[in-house]
Amino acid sequence: MFRIIKKSLKIGVVTGRYPRAETPAIPIGAEVKEKAGLFKRSLTIREVDTGSCNACEMEMNALLNPVYDAERCGIHISASPRHADALVVTGPVAINMERALKDVYKQTPDPKIVIALGDCAINCGLFKGSYAVTGPVDRHIPVDLRISGCPPRPAEILEMLTELRKPTV
Amino acid sequence: MLLTIALIAAQTTVLLAVSPFLVGLIRKVKARLQLRRGASLIQPYADLIKLFRKQPVISTTTSWIFTATPYIVFASILTAGLLVPTFISQTPMNFAGNIIVLVYLLALGTFFLMLAGLDAGSAFGGMGSSREAIVASLTEPAMILAIFAIALTNGSTNVSTIVHKTALMEDIVTDPSPHLMALAALFIVALAETGRVPVDNPATHLELTMIHEAMVLEYSGRYLALLEWAAGLKLAVFLSLIANVFAPWGIATTITPAAIGIGLLAYVVKTAALAAFIGVIECMFAKLRLFRVTDLLGVAFILALLGLLFFYTLRS
Repeated sequence: MFRIIKKSLKIGVVTGRYPRAETPAIPIGAEVKEKAGLFKRSLTIREVDTGSCNACEMEMNALLNPVYDAERCGIHISASPRHADALVVTGPVAINMERALKDVYKQTPDPKIVIALGDCAINCGLFKGSYAVTGPVDRHIPVDLRISGCPPRPAEILEMLTELRKPTV
Repeated sequence: MLLTIALIAAQTTVLLAVSPFLVGLIRKVKARLQLRRGASLIQPYADLIKLFRKQPVISTTTSWIFTATPYIVFASILTAGLLVPTFISQTPMNFAGNIIVLVYLLALGTFFLMLAGLDAGSAFGGMGSSREAIVASLTEPAMILAIFAIALTNGSTNVSTIVHKTALMEDIVTDPSPHLMALAALFIVALAETGRVPVDNPATHLELTMIHEAMVLEYSGRYLALLEWAAGLKLAVFLSLIANVFAPWGIATTITPAAIGIGLLAYVVKTAALAAFIGVIECMFAKLRLFRVTDLLGVAFILALLGLLFFYTLRS
C-alpha cells in the first residue's frame, strides 16, 4: 500500500516523455475550429468502434496513460454518447455497425464533432472493397476532422486534438 | 431576518464555488500519485460551463421524473448544505431543521436519482439504481447512529449548536472515544454516499462496475451539469460536516469581518485536506466487490453503535 506512494514520489511525473508529433500538414478548417471553440477547455470523447482491428483503440487507450495523459488537456473519455462532445469513430463502417453509428450520432447532444480516426475510418484503408464494409464514415455521418495513420500514434492524436481546440487567431 | 438572508446567500455561494474545486483537487491528487500531471484544478468548472451550453438530448421513453430529477437532486443537496456549518458556526437554515432533516434531504435526492435511473428503461440505469438502493439502505442506519453518538455527547441534534459548542470548548468532552468512533463511521459513510473508491469508482468507464455513474448515463447537457454539480455539492456537504463537527478549528463564532475571513480560510484548508486524503485513499485501495460493500458499511454501523455504547458506559 505505502509502496505505491513511495514509488510515485520517487519516480515523479512522467507525463510528456514522448517524441513530439509534427504539426499537421493540412490545417484544420476555420468552420470546424469555430465549432470546437466551445470545447476549448473541456472535451468529452465517446469512442465508436465500427469494425476496426483494435489498433486505433489501443492508441486511444494509450492517450490516458501517465505518459500521454490526455486529461491534462481537459480531454475525458465517457461511457455514454449522451455525455460526449466528440465522437471518435474508428474502423470502416461494417454492415452491422451502420445503424449503431447513426444511432450514436443522433444521441450525441449538439453541438458535436465527429472525428474519423485512422485510415480505415477515412477511406476504408485495408478493408476497401470488402463485402462486409459499407464505406467510410463520411458516407453515413458528417465528419469534421480526419486523423490519418494506420494506426496514428498517440502523440499525433493528441497533437490534432490540441490543434483543433486552439483558438483561431 | 436580513442577516439570515445574507447568510443563506453567502453559504450558497461558498458551497457552489468550493464543490467543483474539491472534485478537481481529488482528481489532481490521484493523477499525481499515478505519475500523471493531471487536469488543472479549475477543470471541473470548465466542464460545468461547457455542459450548461450544450443542447440536452432526452429519450422519448422518459416521463417527467427524468427532467425533474436533476433540479430536485440539486435543490435537496443544496438545502442540506445550508443545514451544515461551513465557515460560520451559525448555519443560515438553523430554524428549519436539525441533523436528521439533513440525512433525509440527502436521501430524497438519492431516491429521485434512483427513480430517474429506472425511468429511461436502460439496463445500466436500472442496475445502478438497484446498487444505489443497497448502498443507501446500508449507509442510512450507520449515518443516523453516528450522528446520534455525536448528538448525545453534545446534548443537541442541531449541527449548528454542536459545532458552536465544540468550537467554543464548552462542555469539553472528557473522553473522545464516542467521537472517534462516530468519525470513523461517518467517514466510511461519506465515502459510500459520495461514490468514492472502496464503494464506487467515479472515474470508471466500465458500465458493469458503476453505481452512481450508471444512473446518470442517460443525462446530457444542463441536466448532466446539474447532477455533476450536485455530486460535487454532496461531497462538499459531507466534508464540511466531518471537518466542522470533529475539528471546528478556526470557524467563525461571531459575525465580524475578521472572524469570517479566518473562518473561510480555515474552511477551505480543512475541506481541501480531507479531499486530498480521499484522493490518496482512492489510489491506495481497489474498489470492493459489490457484495463486500455490505461488510464495509456493516463496519461503519458497528463503529457508530460502539460510539453510542461508549457514551453510555463511560458516562456512568
